[in-house]
Amino acid sequence: MAKVNIEVPEITGTTEVPKIKPDTMAHLETFRAKPEFMEALGFPGEMPENWKEKAIEAMGDLLKKYRSFQVFLDACVKCGACTDKCHYFLGTSDPKNMPVARQDLLRKVYRRYFTLAGRFFPKLVGAVDLTEEVLHDWYNYYHQCSQCRRCSVFCPYGIDTAEISMAAREIMDRIGVGDKYSNEIIGKVHRIGNNLGLPEPALADTLEGLEEDVYDDTGVKVRYPLDEKGAEILLVTPSADFFAEPHVDGLMGYGKVFHEAGVSWTLSSYASEAANFGMFIGSYENMRKVALRIRKAALDLGVKRIVFGECGHAWRVAYAFLNTLAGPFDFLDPNYPVPQHICEFTWDLIQQGKLNLDPSANDDMVVTFHDSCNVARATRMGDKPGGQFEIPRNVIKAVCNNYVDMPNGTIREATFCCGGGGGLLTDDLMELRVKGAKPRMDALKSVSDEHGVTHMAAICAICKSQFTKVIPYYGFEMDQIVSVHQLVSNAIILTGQNEGGDEEETEEEAA
Amino acid sequence: MPIEVNGKTLETDEEGYLVNLDDWEPAVAEVMAKEDDLELTDEHWEIINFLREYYEEYQIAPAVRVLTKAVGKRLGKEKGNSKYLYGLFPYGPGKQACRYAGLPKPTGCV
Repeated sequence: MAKVNIEVPEITGTTEVPKIKPDTMAHLETFRAKPEFMEALGFPGEMPENWKEKAIEAMGDLLKKYRSFQVFLDACVKCGACTDKCHYFLGTSDPKNMPVARQDLLRKVYRRYFTLAGRFFPKLVGAVDLTEEVLHDWYNYYHQCSQCRRCSVFCPYGIDTAEISMAAREIMDRIGVGDKYSNEIIGKVHRIGNNLGLPEPALADTLEGLEEDVYDDTGVKVRYPLDEKGAEILLVTPSADFFAEPHVDGLMGYGKVFHEAGVSWTLSSYASEAANFGMFIGSYENMRKVALRIRKAALDLGVKRIVFGECGHAWRVAYAFLNTLAGPFDFLDPNYPVPQHICEFTWDLIQQGKLNLDPSANDDMVVTFHDSCNVARATRMGDKPGGQFEIPRNVIKAVCNNYVDMPNGTIREATFCCGGGGGLLTDDLMELRVKGAKPRMDALKSVSDEHGVTHMAAICAICKSQFTKVIPYYGFEMDQIVSVHQLVSNAIILTGQNEGGDEEETEEEAA
Repeated sequence: MPIEVNGKTLETDEEGYLVNLDDWEPAVAEVMAKEDDLELTDEHWEIINFLREYYEEYQIAPAVRVLTKAVGKRLGKEKGNSKYLYGLFPYGPGKQACRYAGLPKPTGCV
């Protein structure tokens, strides 16, 4: 397992549009899922002999199911507005990573088999037969899209490349061609309940350790309960929060917030995962099966509310699809959002003055915030437009004295993907991940140089893992990435906390 | 790509992790480390052995925090942190040390 030699792009603080270099990423083919993992998700283990017919049949099925898919394939006028918007194109220079070119890999086959002109005059309309080479391109380049939807913000027709890339992955899965990373992980959720495969005893042991640590630190018995029936709130959070750093520091923060709110809460070992990779592979059936675990856990535990931890695409699935996937949630308390984001929960408490915060605890940092793509472009928080941008920033500003935004055009709805989203957070795609992070690294460098930013906070498990792994390639340190609730955890003064001397109460406004 | 250990051929996956966890013996770690130009010291073995014990009990690798805490308790507080572990296993304590210990790779949003 020699370390991959990656030509790391130089960062300057601004992202220039590169000259195209055809096929620079054509070699990058992520590992294929083994037959047993394909079959566990309801897909064929191997490619059938008539795979071409099956693929066209699958495409036809998706065209019927999702009108949007057909509209997106029909509507493109090749205006070029999307071409320089993809972080993977900007980082790799490979023209097939331009969103329109990525879409065209599927579009040209659609035209050949589903449009009159393409059936009779394929050359005139750029229609091609489905061949092994085309399938190879599909596999490679639809696994070089993180489904971040930045391009769709700039498309005058609103064409959503993510939906096309999800459909492409679904078509490939249906002919036995799936990627190892996502499909193995979904299998683990179906079997064990979370992406990492943490069984109940390991979760219990980890949570007990956190209780000890918080007690050692503060002298306050903050609980991290698991499978407690009758709790008011079920917290559903990415399993990385139990496992990795800085994720776990965020989880410790959620627990402190619940403790101070005085509400009872619990995690579930059955639904110990907020992430839903069923979305990444475009499989409605798998996405639904994963989401139904949350419903079952909520019913079994008898909770009244569901709160989601810091996870980007999980919040999209939760905010946009949970009710249709696994609803109705009429058994939950209608006085609260169903479901609620942990940032909404914490911000409510801050506004009510229920948290005793000392932002000077984070005075060793100058913080910026990375908007995670799924949160930014597919969801909302709170009851005002743009709440998904404001609420996390409000929380950070309430717990940190030093906050600076990265440049416009790289944040909010125009945010750049971390480079590891959409089911690409795997070591065999490290070259893509490093290069795809370039636009975000440019933006981070610019605020580091100009405003002395030292830390970047995020509310997505994938973003946090991706950045801790790739920022060292750009000369930053891995611990410059922090969880938003890690900052909250640092600043919160628990009731009865054994801090030396009386801490000044600071009802903090924006820095 | 199989590896040769003590005259036996052991199957590994695309990323070099053992396919059959029962194939593990200390020499596996030595062979894998050699391929990475790494010499295993007692400090490395402390980690590898802990990973194996934890896996035996919980059927999963320990969380980073669980690992650093255990290392801190056994080897002294100054060693109970990720920096120390990355010093020993530059490709990541979770992933590289797990591979040497014959454990499956922890995958997810990590």
